[in-house]
Amino acid sequence: MDGWLLFEITLAGVGTGGLYALTGLAFVLIYKATKVVNIAIGEMLMLGAYLFFSFAAGLSLPIWLAVPAALLLSGAFGALVERSIIRPMLGESPISSFMVTVGLASILVGLVELIWTADQQRLPEFMPAKHIVIGQAFVSPKIFYGFWTAVLLIATVLLLFRYWRGGVALRATASDQAAAYSVGINVPRVFSLAWVAAAMIAGVAGIVVGSIGGISSAMGVFGLSVLVVVIFGGLDSVLGALVGGVIVGVIEALTGFYVGGEYKLLATFTLMVLVLMVRPYGLFGTHEIERL
Amino acid sequence: MSTIAPIPLLEVDGLSLAFGGVKALNGVSFAVQPGSITSVIGPNGAGKTSVFNTLSGFYTPAEGRMVFDGHELGPLPPPKRAALGLARSFQNIALFRGMTVLDNIKLGRHCHLKTGPLAALFYTPAARREEEELRREIEERIIDFLEIDHIRKAPVAALSYGLQKRVELARALAMKPKLLLLDEPVAGMNREETEDMARFILEVRREWGVTVLMVEHDMGMVMDLSDHVVVLNFGQVIAQGLPAEVQANPEVIKAYLGSGNVEALRERFRRAAQAGAAAREAA
Repeated sequence: MDGWLLFEITLAGVGTGGLYALTGLAFVLIYKATKVVNIAIGEMLMLGAYLFFSFAAGLSLPIWLAVPAALLLSGAFGALVERSIIRPMLGESPISSFMVTVGLASILVGLVELIWTADQQRLPEFMPAKHIVIGQAFVSPKIFYGFWTAVLLIATVLLLFRYWRGGVALRATASDQAAAYSVGINVPRVFSLAWVAAAMIAGVAGIVVGSIGGISSAMGVFGLSVLVVVIFGGLDSVLGALVGGVIVGVIEALTGFYVGGEYKLLATFTLMVLVLMVRPYGLFGTHEIERL
Repeated sequence: MSTIAPIPLLEVDGLSLAFGGVKALNGVSFAVQPGSITSVIGPNGAGKTSVFNTLSGFYTPAEGRMVFDGHELGPLPPPKRAALGLARSFQNIALFRGMTVLDNIKLGRHCHLKTGPLAALFYTPAARREEEELRREIEERIIDFLEIDHIRKAPVAALSYGLQKRVELARALAMKPKLLLLDEPVAGMNREETEDMARFILEVRREWGVTVLMVEHDMGMVMDLSDHVVVLNFGQVIAQGLPAEVQANPEVIKAYLGSGNVEALRERFRRAAQAGAAAREAA
């Protein structure tokens, strides 16, 4: 076996894995704060990509304006979803709010097809096109820059989690809601914050994923792999999302190359079943969480 | 009365609360004087914790007013009430379990902090000043005072029950409270831990000037510490006044014993109070 080839494929896998980790982080953020299993994370990612498409291609805005505009609108959408359909579900069974997000996913797919049609579209090119060479391994520039975007954003979110009082409030709310209320944390606002932040993070991931593989109304399938990532790592574990993202990315890349593209999902889902058998709460998840 | 009564720090007037058909509270009225230690006692299910949860804003009362430090509490959400200086502890401990003791206590100050996300990310001088000030006050005043210096870096989940209660008190103190609501501060504690907690409650009042309202079952402690005792039964105030008055009240005795042997219960109250006092003297 050619070592450099293996290295190259692994690198590509790590690159995609970074995006899985990023989207997984968005998922975990929502789960930690509101205990909602958001099945629509892939569709929220798609919405971000389509918003960017509208601003950059439709309105021909420059990239530096189109990206923040798309993210701002994604965040507003996250706030809208939280206020209008998630908050009324407070106190209902986890399955109910889970089903609501299943509905949200189909609504989003329908909306995208109504507004932008079901055809595949290409996002405007905005990343440098020069190939990256590490030793004898080639890395696609889009995956390379996408990966570093993910790393930068993940690092920022982690720092905010640790040092900003809003982030600390989010961790506190995740830990004990009554106590959070009693020390003066505005818990409903923390819920909104989690959804807004998650929608924006998913939006970033959507723009990057879309610029790598194009956008279509079926793009939400990306969310399937992300679901594997978070179940693998633990629904409420940030570390789990990061580690799981990279592992799933690498496994998909290796399977895709050595076995065949159609076996990618088979491989990751087999992995998921194995992990669930050994550790039902994921690699790094909290023990008492709901099992799905 | 010859002296003019001071304006109470907290005034609860005609508070009623219902869960479906069950009246948890029925026209509850009492006042907490500034600088006092006031206790709410009563049999299980009398509505003591419901009073606390209504004051914190977890329950919305059907009727009645709560005036705290000149503010009508009714329309205020829990975070606003916390910012006004209303802090509480919980009957079955509500700490942030994954975090350290120090992080838990620092979270008490949450409602008074101002640093925004960008300032926090780049750790600007203003953010640094705020952080250092907070840390100094917590380390010098709260942690030393409650004698939890040795566990400040420990995760709270690993601590004993008595220490967890103490961390909860520390977090409440970090909120710069005017009124401290303590829900069964010594429930389930051994004698030594109870003595420590009683001492802390007295010192909180004396050194920090914080008014205390507590729910407690330990009669010895209630009778020793309190300036004013409110007795609830079936959601109603059946007696209130000085500890001695309440102890002698036949209504109260009936509520605790059901009926009958008043002398035996009086004796029990007396013994509990004496045992508490003796133990405190010994310590």
